[in-house]
Amino acid sequence: MKKLINKIKEGKLAEGNLILILIALIIILAIFSPKFLTANNIRNLVRQTSIIGVVAIGMTFVIISGGIDLSVGSILGVASIVSSMLMAGGMNIGLALLITLVISTILGVVNGIIVFDGKVPPFIATLGMMTAARGIVMLVSDARMIAGLPKSFTNFAQKTIIGLPSLFFVWLLVIIVAYIITTQTVIGRNLFAFGSNPEAARLSGINIRMLTYFIYGASGFTCAIAGILMTSRLSNGIPTAGSGYELDAIAAAVVGGASLSGGAGTIVGTVLGALLIAIIRNGGNLLGINPFILQISVGVLIVASVMIDQRRKASSK
Amino acid sequence: MSSSALLELNQIVKSFPGVKALKGVGFSVTSGEVHGLVGENGAGKSTIIKILMGVHQKDSGSIKLEGKEVIIENVIQAGRLGLAAVYQDLNLAMDLSIGENFFIGSLPRKKNGFVNWKYIYEETEKTLNDLNIKVDPKKKISELSAAMQEMVAIAKTVHRNAKLIIFDEPTALLTNEEVEILFNIIATLKKRGVSIIYISHRLEEIFRVCDRVTIFKDGEFVDSLDVKETSEDDLINKMVGRNITEMYNIGHQKCGDEVLSVKNLSRIGHFKNISFNVHSGEIFGFFGLVGSGRTEIVRTIFGADKLSGGKMELKGRKYIPKSPIEAIKNGIGLLPENRKEQGLALALSVKHNINLSSYRDINKFSFVDKKEENKRADTYIDKMAIKTPSSRQLVINLSGGNQQKVVIGKWLCNDSSIFIFDEPTVGIDVGAKREIYILMEELAASGKAVILISSYLPEVMGIADKIAVIYEGNMMAIVDKKDFSEELILKHASGIK
Repeated sequence: MKKLINKIKEGKLAEGNLILILIALIIILAIFSPKFLTANNIRNLVRQTSIIGVVAIGMTFVIISGGIDLSVGSILGVASIVSSMLMAGGMNIGLALLITLVISTILGVVNGIIVFDGKVPPFIATLGMMTAARGIVMLVSDARMIAGLPKSFTNFAQKTIIGLPSLFFVWLLVIIVAYIITTQTVIGRNLFAFGSNPEAARLSGINIRMLTYFIYGASGFTCAIAGILMTSRLSNGIPTAGSGYELDAIAAAVVGGASLSGGAGTIVGTVLGALLIAIIRNGGNLLGINPFILQISVGVLIVASVMIDQRRKASSK
Repeated sequence: MSSSALLELNQIVKSFPGVKALKGVGFSVTSGEVHGLVGENGAGKSTIIKILMGVHQKDSGSIKLEGKEVIIENVIQAGRLGLAAVYQDLNLAMDLSIGENFFIGSLPRKKNGFVNWKYIYEETEKTLNDLNIKVDPKKKISELSAAMQEMVAIAKTVHRNAKLIIFDEPTALLTNEEVEILFNIIATLKKRGVSIIYISHRLEEIFRVCDRVTIFKDGEFVDSLDVKETSEDDLINKMVGRNITEMYNIGHQKCGDEVLSVKNLSRIGHFKNISFNVHSGEIFGFFGLVGSGRTEIVRTIFGADKLSGGKMELKGRKYIPKSPIEAIKNGIGLLPENRKEQGLALALSVKHNINLSSYRDINKFSFVDKKEENKRADTYIDKMAIKTPSSRQLVINLSGGNQQKVVIGKWLCNDSSIFIFDEPTVGIDVGAKREIYILMEELAASGKAVILISSYLPEVMGIADKIAVIYEGNMMAIVDKKDFSEELILKHASGIK
């Protein structure tokens, strides 16, 4: 918290504005809807946000590097089907989840290989992966739900710890690890350098090949976590799981101040962006606002936050 | 003379913020004349062309075309007046046909409103035939060789009824045979009464194709001569004739052991059989025209480009860099030609940029040692006198000179022992230039080896101990300081042994 306050003071306005908007929104909703600040609603809100929130963290790595990952939803689907098929087949839960994490991470690294070694623009590479991975999911699952998962696994998502859903704590763990990587480690420094100027990064001796693999692999890894969480929450492996998540994840990162041209973005910003979008939807529902109007407002929010960001940058030059 | 002049320039003055690019220059070109324009980089050649083409506006002076004073406000107007230029980066739409390019912006239509393709291709063919250029007008520009593209660009200006065509380094991309074709076209244009301003660093071409030649130096008119009454030496004298200022000659100690030895280094299509040795405490200069292969040579030494032949040794050990990572681990630092595109992460802080190559050394279990990171940033901001409010300032907000110091700081921070400086003073003001020269001298004095590439001859001559002269990918000579003379080096740089 102290860090956040310091950052606002330092004039990192992208996050500062977001925090102010979030607080204002929470106050308004608390006044107009008595249900908003109830424990039940907060649990619900957090549970809804956690899964997409995890995907958005991986997406933030990719966006900071100047790339984009459209395949997150499909890789999430792969994770859902792979984990549920293995567990329904009687495999040890821990081993099943480990295999799921490995497979999804490999799919992410394949994205990285196509982008770096194949020199295919990230948009196209991951568009291909998005389409192909979803096809694999449908083929393997025969486009059917996979039931018969062990109770101990499906119970996880229903659990609460000190009143908050278990899903939230997984998200929190991902946030903390990602925050540490981006702000404290060499990989984090190199990630920003690469996103800001790939050629300068290369000529400064940064191993940009391994970095690219890491970035897309990390995105695949977070997709696996999200896919496992979703499978637990829905008690079934769902072949269509994660459809459309790529756009929500990009929206969260962009509202949070990440720049699609690379070199800029923060984990905290993405978390705030994801929360902001979720609260608009949740609060709007509570107030009985037409969901289509909410959709329009989220669209406006995405564009407006980037426009404000551009203005801020132009004025600081 | 002036009565038959097509173009007459008088007392043209042009200033840019901080620089007086043209200090009242003038010359005249008659109909059907090929007029050479020569001078060193920064002499004002490109400025005068940009004024003629309407890209820049003159501050004062007069431009007379066929005796009438004209004002050229933009490129379209220049075209209407019959002025055209063929630049190195050709103004052609690569994915359209030759014919479409000829008529671009004013495609002729049939009565029904559709494009009249037949007319386009017939007319285009006629123009191409007139100039003896044998190519199908329906071909796409991107399918043509670089040389043919240039011919087409020339034909396009003829098609648009240009009275005066400016050629800016037209032979830079051409082979010897293609140069002959170009010269034939120039002869044809001449016969048709078209005037030409011909700019080239290759003086032998001036003597081949030009009738007269005008020399600029430091934004001033030096002379207009009949080529028959002058010689290459005479031209070089007139182009140079300047005192080297006290900018240089800071002086450093004698050099020590050999640190880098390069033998027969080649990269297909860029340079071949380059051999030289660099010693510690030495400033080794590279001089050559832009595009001669200097940058490619040092990029290969740095591992940024792949080599296709030759051997390198670093302090006596075999050295074959596959990537910049190995070069950097071996203590080589490269200050690239284009600092904004290759040297800096502009959107990041000074601190981050200074440490960019050093993070592998200042971490514990991959966690950045922030204390050391800050210490190093502050040390080099201080040492290099980088003007910045704090180490957290974004590099994009610094001046060009300070940005360049950040790049140098990065390599100092990484404790490099061989520094490669590729055009370190381009776009930097005089004060910062001087600081960078002193820094290079200090590096050499402290036993580091410095390789300096520059297109600015006084600079290399001022601070280098030896100069390797490169011409079209070949090493023409390595000149020792005692033998330095502008005439000699310029001769080598324009391909004369």
